Amino acid sequence: MSLLDVEGLRVRLQTADGLVTVVDGVDYRVGPGEVFGIAGESGSGKTMSMLALLGLLPDGAVVEGDIRFEDRDLLALSPTQLRDISGRDLAMVFQDPLTSLHPMLSVGLQLTEHVRRHLGLDKRAAEKRALELLEEVRIPDGEAALHAYPHQFSGGMRQRIAIAIAMACRPKLLIADEPTTALDVTVQAGILRLLDRLRRENGLAVVLVTHDLGVMSAIADRVSIFYAGRVVESGPAAAILQQPRHPYTRALLDALPHPEAARDQPLVAIPGAPPSPGRTPPGCAFNPRCSYARESCLVEVPPLLEVSGRQLACPVDPLAAR
Amino acid sequence: MSVLELRDVVVDYERRGGLRVRAVAGASLSVESGQIAGLVGESGCGKSTLARAAVGLVKTVEGSVVFEGSDVTPLGRRGRSRELARLQLVFQNPYSSLNPRRKVGSQLADALTTLGLVPSSERAGRVRELCELVGLPPGAVDRFPHEFSGGQRQRIAIARTLAAEPSVIVLDEPLASLDASAQAQLANLLVSLSRDLGLGLLLISHDLAIVRHIADSVSVMYLGLMVETGATRPLWEHPLHPYSEALIKAIPRADGSGVLPEALPGEVPDPGHPPAGCRFHPRCPYAFDRCRSEDPPLLELADNRSVACWLQSETASGAPAERAQLVAGRDVY
Amino acid sequence: MSTIALRGRAAFGLRHRVNPGLRQPLAVIGAVIAVAWVLIAIFAPLIAPANPLAQTFTPSMAPSWQHLFGTDELGRDVLSRVIYGARVTLPIGILIVLFAAAIGGSVGAIAGYFRGPIDGAFMRSADLVFAFPPIILAMVVAAVLGRSLQNAAIAIVIVAWPSYARVMRGLVLTVGDSEYVQSARLLGASARRALLRDVLPNVAGPILVLMTLDLATAILLLSGLSFLGLGAQPPQPEWGSMVADGTQYFQWWWMGTFPGLAIFTVVLAFNFLGDSLRDVFDPRTGLRHNETA
Repeated sequence: MSLLDVEGLRVRLQTADGLVTVVDGVDYRVGPGEVFGIAGESGSGKTMSMLALLGLLPDGAVVEGDIRFEDRDLLALSPTQLRDISGRDLAMVFQDPLTSLHPMLSVGLQLTEHVRRHLGLDKRAAEKRALELLEEVRIPDGEAALHAYPHQFSGGMRQRIAIAIAMACRPKLLIADEPTTALDVTVQAGILRLLDRLRRENGLAVVLVTHDLGVMSAIADRVSIFYAGRVVESGPAAAILQQPRHPYTRALLDALPHPEAARDQPLVAIPGAPPSPGRTPPGCAFNPRCSYARESCLVEVPPLLEVSGRQLACPVDPLAAR
Repeated sequence: MSVLELRDVVVDYERRGGLRVRAVAGASLSVESGQIAGLVGESGCGKSTLARAAVGLVKTVEGSVVFEGSDVTPLGRRGRSRELARLQLVFQNPYSSLNPRRKVGSQLADALTTLGLVPSSERAGRVRELCELVGLPPGAVDRFPHEFSGGQRQRIAIARTLAAEPSVIVLDEPLASLDASAQAQLANLLVSLSRDLGLGLLLISHDLAIVRHIADSVSVMYLGLMVETGATRPLWEHPLHPYSEALIKAIPRADGSGVLPEALPGEVPDPGHPPAGCRFHPRCPYAFDRCRSEDPPLLELADNRSVACWLQSETASGAPAERAQLVAGRDVY
Repeated sequence: MSTIALRGRAAFGLRHRVNPGLRQPLAVIGAVIAVAWVLIAIFAPLIAPANPLAQTFTPSMAPSWQHLFGTDELGRDVLSRVIYGARVTLPIGILIVLFAAAIGGSVGAIAGYFRGPIDGAFMRSADLVFAFPPIILAMVVAAVLGRSLQNAAIAIVIVAWPSYARVMRGLVLTVGDSEYVQSARLLGASARRALLRDVLPNVAGPILVLMTLDLATAILLLSGLSFLGLGAQPPQPEWGSMVADGTQYFQWWWMGTFPGLAIFTVVLAFNFLGDSLRDVFDPRTGLRHNETA
C-alpha cells in the first residue's frame, strides 16, 4: 500500500518555441516511512515532477498522468483542495530557504500562521506548537527565534526553520528539493541527520530530490535515476549505488572522485552534456553519450522493466557485456 | 621558491553600520609552479577574500603577497603590467564573469590587445589556439556567452586568463555551479593545464572530494585563519586539526552503505565577533583549558605539514604525527 | 488516466517567461505611429493642404471635406497647423532628450566612477532639481529666461537631466563592480578602457529606454509650457498653444481636439516603444538565442 503513486507522469511547459516536454512518462511509488531519492542532473525533470505534485508549475503547463496521494488523485483536485492537502499531509522544502521563507515576517509568525490555518489552533496553542517545532529541529533558544527574522539566521538554520514549518502539521510525506545543495558540508550533515531522525520519530516518508549521489547514499532507501525526463534505473539504494546497471548510472558514479583512485588518474568524465528539454535525441535519450549504445538504442525508447529486484530502462546489460 | 607567496595576510572589510570585520586574520599560503594548491573551508572562513587579496583585487591591511619575487600591488587607475598580469583569477560564477554583450572571441583577445603580447595579425590565430587548449569549438569566437552552458563558459573564462600567459591562476570555486559531468571535465582540464603548461593553480573549493583528487597540497581555513596545511594524501588520511577531521567525516560517500555523515555541532561564529582563544574551540570535541584562552599559532611540523592546534604543541615525547593519532585522528580515508 | 491542463501559479525560483507575443503588437503600433509622425514632420510642405500661417479661409468652420480639421478663429486651416506642428514638437523634443541625456549621463558617470566628494556634490545638485515638481520648475525657468520656444526647451532640459544622472550613476556603480569588469582589469585594461569597452555597452540599453520614455514626457512638458504661454509664441503652430487657443473657444471643439489628439498619439507611441525596448534589454524577458545544452 503506497503513500504516493505516480504513473505515466508527463509534464510539458509553455516556452517561446511551443510546448516542450520536461517530464516524459515517469512512474514511481513511495511507501509510508521510506526515503525515496530522485537523482539526476539539470534538465532531468526531477524538480518539475515534484512541482507537478503540488500544482506549482508555471502558467500554461500541461500535465498528464496519474498522481495518487493516499488514493486521492492530486491532478483532479481544485486549487483550494490541493492547498488543503499540501502543508498538512504533504509538505515541501526547497533548496534556498532565503527565498522560500517570507523575509518580512518573523519566524514565529510564519510558523504559527501555518499551524493556525491548517489545524485551527488558537494563538496560545499555536505558539506552543511553534516552540515545540523549533525544539524538534534543534534551533537553540526557541523563544528568541520566534521573534527573529529569517535573514538573521545562517543558511543551515533557515533550512531547519523551513523544515519546522513543513513539519508543523505532521505531514505524511515531505518533498525535499535539493535541501542541502546550498549548504556547507558540515551543515549538510546536520540536516541529513535531522531528516533521518524526523523520519524515524514520525514515520515520515521523504522524497529527496538531489544531484548528489553521496547524499542519496547516506539517507535514501530507494532511488530513482532520472535522465532527460525519464526514469532510467530505479530500485534499492544500496543495490543501485553498489552495482549500477544502467550506463548513465555507472557513468555518474564513475565520474565521482574515488578515495582510492591514484593521484594522476584523470576523472572519468561523461562526454557531452545532458540534452536540454525539447532537444531529446530519438530513441534512448542517453545514446549519444553511451559507450554501450547499439543500433536499437537510436530508434526505440527502452521501456522500464523489472530486472532482478530493480527497474532498468536499458536493453544492454553492461555487466553481461563484460 | 614559491611562485606565489602569501604571508600573514590580513584583510578587513566594513559592514553596514561601520563595524570593521576581519575577514582574513593572518593567513599564509604558497603556490608552486606546476602544482595545484587547494584551499578549502566553509562559509565565513574568508577563502574568497583571500583569493581576491592574492591577485590584488582587495587591499591587505597587513602581511605580504609576493608573486614571482615582487609585491602584488592592488589594482589602481592604470592597467596591470605584463608581469603582474601573469597572475590571474577565474571567478566562481561563469554567468557573471563574462560580458554578456561582447563576443567570446573579443573577450578572449582582451589580454592580447591590452598587454601587447601578440601583433594584431596573429591575434586571431592565438585566440583559436586558446580555444583548442581548453576544448572549445573554434566557432565559439563568434558567439555570445549566453549561448554556452555553464561548463563551457568556465572554459571561456579560463581561456581568457591563459591569453595573458600566466604562471599562476587563482580559481575561486570554479566547479561550484556545474553539473557532475561538467565538473569532472573541468577538473581534468585543470590538471592537464597545470602539468602541460607548468601553471601553478590555487584552487578554492568547498568540494572536498575533488580537491582531494586533484590538489597536490591542501590548506584548510576556518574563520579567517589557516588551521592546517600539508600534502593532500597525508592530510586526508591523518588529519591533525579537529576541524579538518570534522570536514572529512562530514562528506557523504556514494557507496550505498547508508551511513550518515558526521555533523559538527554549533555554527560558524560571526567573523565580526570571533571566539576568544582558539577560534574553533566552541565546537571542538577535544577542547581543553588552553584552547579557550590562547589562540594557537600555525606550527610547522615534519613533512611540510603545519597545524594550528594546542594538541600538537603540548611538549611531549613522540613525533607529532603519532600523538595526534592517539588523540585526534582515526584513519579517515 | 486523467489529462488536464494545469494552470498553476509560478513556482519559487522559476523564471516566469513573459509571453513575448503580448508586447509585440504594442511595440509595432508604437513604431508605426512614431514613424508616421516623423514622416509627416519631414514631408509637411508636401502633405499640408495649406500654409499654416495663412489666415485666408472662413474662420471657425467645422470640419468638412475642404478642411478636414476645420479652421480656427483666425481662418487658418487646422489640419495644416497640426501637420506643421509636428515640425516644431518632434525635433525640439528629440533635441531636449539628447541634451538632457548627454548632460545627465556625463554627470552620473563621473559621479559613479570617481565617487567620494564629487559624487556627493553632483548628486546633491540632482536632488535639488528633483525637489521641485517638474512643470513648476520648468515654468519658473522659462518665465525667468523669457517667453520663447528655445527657452522652454532649455527649461525642460534643466528639469530632465537629473533622471539620467541617477540612472547612469547606478549603472556605472553596479557594472563597474561586476566580475567581468574586474576580469578585464586583471587582464591589463586600464580603468578608462574598462569603462569604455565593458561598462558603457552594458549601460546603453537602460539609458536608451529612458530616453524613449522621456521623449514622451518632454513633448508633454513642451506642450504644457506652450499652453501656458511660456513656450511657442503666436503665430507659430505648436500643439500645446493650439490646445490653449482651443480652450478659449470651446464651442469650436475642433480647434483644441485635433492638436490634443496629436499630442496624445505621439506620447502613446513613444511610451509603447519605450516599454518594448525595456523588455528587449531585460535579460530575463529579452530576445534570446537558442541555448545549447
